[in-house]
Amino acid sequence: MSAASTYVCRQFVEDVTAYLEGALTDDLVDLIDLHLADCPHCREYLDQMRRTIAITHALDETDVESMPSEVRERLMRAFGDDRE
Amino acid sequence: MDGLDYSDDAVLVKALTARDANAFSYLLDRYNGSFVRVARQYVPNQAVAEEVAQETWLAVIEGIDRFELRASVKTWLFRILVNIARARGVKENRTVPFASTAELAEEPAVDPHRFRRLNPRTRGHWKRPPQPWDDPEQLVLDGETLDAIRTTIDGLPPDQRVVITMRDVLGLSAQEVCDSLEVSDSNQRVLLHRARSKVRTALERHYDQVRGS
Repeated sequence: MSAASTYVCRQFVEDVTAYLEGALTDDLVDLIDLHLADCPHCREYLDQMRRTIAITHALDETDVESMPSEVRERLMRAFGDDRE
Repeated sequence: MDGLDYSDDAVLVKALTARDANAFSYLLDRYNGSFVRVARQYVPNQAVAEEVAQETWLAVIEGIDRFELRASVKTWLFRILVNIARARGVKENRTVPFASTAELAEEPAVDPHRFRRLNPRTRGHWKRPPQPWDDPEQLVLDGETLDAIRTTIDGLPPDQRVVITMRDVLGLSAQEVCDSLEVSDSNQRVLLHRARSKVRTALERHYDQVRGS
């Protein structure tokens, strides 16, 4: 814990999304990077947020039902007929 | 395949306006699953979500000739989808109100009791820090982990649910989500932050249980 830093862990868990999104000012990013260099717990927290995003994205591969073929045919027909 | 690169918007739009069936087929393959997933956040059941997706495709067909490359095709598609899903949700008595950033109540990302509070020198630092999670590779594929996430997302307030579904499940960009939903960047980010923080907490709880058992 650096005595010079006034930035605390409790603030980091609120800033983490904006930090990952690149939505913070350069000054704040510098402050956070200093804090992270010093704080293994917040580095762990950051890593967990990144993994949360990755694991959430894995849901995309689940519960996807393909379109029934009659629906697909109807839409393809609508697409082709639209000009006539 | 005729070798056209439909991931290039200019190529795709030209092919669609020329009524290239492969191009439309590409869109159906690529987006129908996502359409149903997003629509499902607005309407009461899967069957209605599928209807919303079909209605969207018909609107897309009708709108193709008027499409201008000012927005990306993806944003255009999702904007149509969200409008139709929203209208259908209203009809089915389900709305997804988006609170403005100012209206959002304080909602800490992490239980405040996990931080030190009394000693002014250490106030705000971790008291109960996050414990490292186990091997990520193994956990991603675990069905129970995915169930834990699914349940958490289903239980989120509707506006947070829509945003995390579009951003993290489907992988749309912040810009694409803001444009599709017509919400501000900061609003989108706050909703995403709250949703993600809750999913992280749910995963933490889940992994604690796995470790404990």
